[in-house]
Amino acid sequence: MKGPRVTAEEVRALVVRLAREISHRNQGVGDLAMVGIKRRGVPLARRLAELVSRGRRTKIPVGAMDITLYRDDLQLVAETPIVRGSEIGFDLNGRTVVLVDDVIFTGRTARAALSELLDFGRPRSIQLAVLIDRGHRELPIQPDFTGRILKTARDDLVDICLVEEDGRDGVYVTRR
Amino acid sequence: MSPSRRKPQDSVRTKQAVTKVTKFQCREAGNQSPMPERMRHLLGIEQLDQRQIIAILEQAESFLGVLKRPIPVVPALRGKTIVNLFFEPSTRTATSFALAANRLSAQCVNFSHGTSAVRKGETLLDTAKNLEAMRVDGVVVRHSMPGAPHFLARRLKTFVVNAGDGCHEHPTQALLDAFTLRQRLGDLAGKKVLLVGDIAHSRVARSNILCFARLGCRVAVCGPPTMMPRYVEQLGCEVFYQLDRILFEVDVVNMLRVQTERISSSAFPSVREYRMLYGLTRERLAKLDQNVVITHPGPVNWGVEMDFEVSELPQALILHQVTNGVAVRMAVLYLLAGGGTVAE
Repeated sequence: MKGPRVTAEEVRALVVRLAREISHRNQGVGDLAMVGIKRRGVPLARRLAELVSRGRRTKIPVGAMDITLYRDDLQLVAETPIVRGSEIGFDLNGRTVVLVDDVIFTGRTARAALSELLDFGRPRSIQLAVLIDRGHRELPIQPDFTGRILKTARDDLVDICLVEEDGRDGVYVTRR
Repeated sequence: MSPSRRKPQDSVRTKQAVTKVTKFQCREAGNQSPMPERMRHLLGIEQLDQRQIIAILEQAESFLGVLKRPIPVVPALRGKTIVNLFFEPSTRTATSFALAANRLSAQCVNFSHGTSAVRKGETLLDTAKNLEAMRVDGVVVRHSMPGAPHFLARRLKTFVVNAGDGCHEHPTQALLDAFTLRQRLGDLAGKKVLLVGDIAHSRVARSNILCFARLGCRVAVCGPPTMMPRYVEQLGCEVFYQLDRILFEVDVVNMLRVQTERISSSAFPSVREYRMLYGLTRERLAKLDQNVVITHPGPVNWGVEMDFEVSELPQALILHQVTNGVAVRMAVLYLLAGGGTVAE
């Protein structure tokens, strides 16, 4: 496998910068919550929540969301995907929710996540944070916080590795 | 042989070998079908192996989470239409399937044999063909004839779910029973399950014996000899005729309904005697270990299969079974109707 396009150190630096930006924009907001999109959005959301809540008295709650049931392309998927279930153990009403995902591509995942989130409650506002924006959007969705923009071909494979899931941090791009 | 002269089954096999890779699969490499071979229909537990049963139960677990949400509806099957084709009366199963479809945003049409053209002599196949011509995506069928869903599955392009065929099978009931027991007891391997009552006329019994045996349980059945089918042990269970000899050794007691509509009056001398010999009576309850779990597919003939006191016990899971039924049926409908492009 070729070396990573974004190294482990760079990934960690991007997460720190994302946390700083989230913290800056939501200063004084005690009702912040993070919701990660499964699977790799969840550990990212945990890392961000940890960094943002440093120095604050309140702990930022973290939820996990599986958007499988909300995808609009279920009919195009060759095999029925496993539904892993969503766990949001706090009240979303009136909160500022930061939706976290590892990568944004067509924007369909983010759209599905927004629909699902609104079925759980009525947050005051929703912001979107992603580690990597690889372009090729099909919907008018733009993240509020982006770690890095990577120029990729449409059929490139972008693998985001995180310590929690894969044992190492890094972003790999494979040409098909 | 030239490609154009291949046998039909060759082309089917070739089609099945093609795996379509989509963005979605690229995004989550682990997000593959839980089924070794994708289910086309759900006709019985007989067709399922252990892995498939567990996959359905695990799917149901996440759907139970959906049912607990403030808005318990997801758009997974939006645009799909499912017909509930019930040729026998049903409250629980028909409502459960209708709710499961609605919770997945599918449209569900309920067909009642009493008000249909069946009364004018329309055949099962005619009815189904007409429904298919209306472009439905799935048919949930209950019929008094064993094999009716299999008959339809061979002739329709839509998926077919068996919601009970005569004395043969009732697969979703077995799946929801297994789901409920796993919820309470965890892994079922090695657990002793006893089915009590009318084994011969119960489609639940057959499906449950197969399902529990495939999940690694030790299954026993107990009932009057007149209600015990011949060679039942070949399904993978032990046979008992005296309830008190086995009742106090098991982890689960699955009471079955006496199918009064399907049996002749000579099956047992009197309801009172049946209750004395095979009922979960107050006296037996007093002796039963409190950890023993009690299930019943419903509707219960109170005072026959079990005394009403049972319903008040914490180890009686009868209403949990009903709740879980919706989640399990959501999982079944989702797995059958979810992915649309798999080769058939």
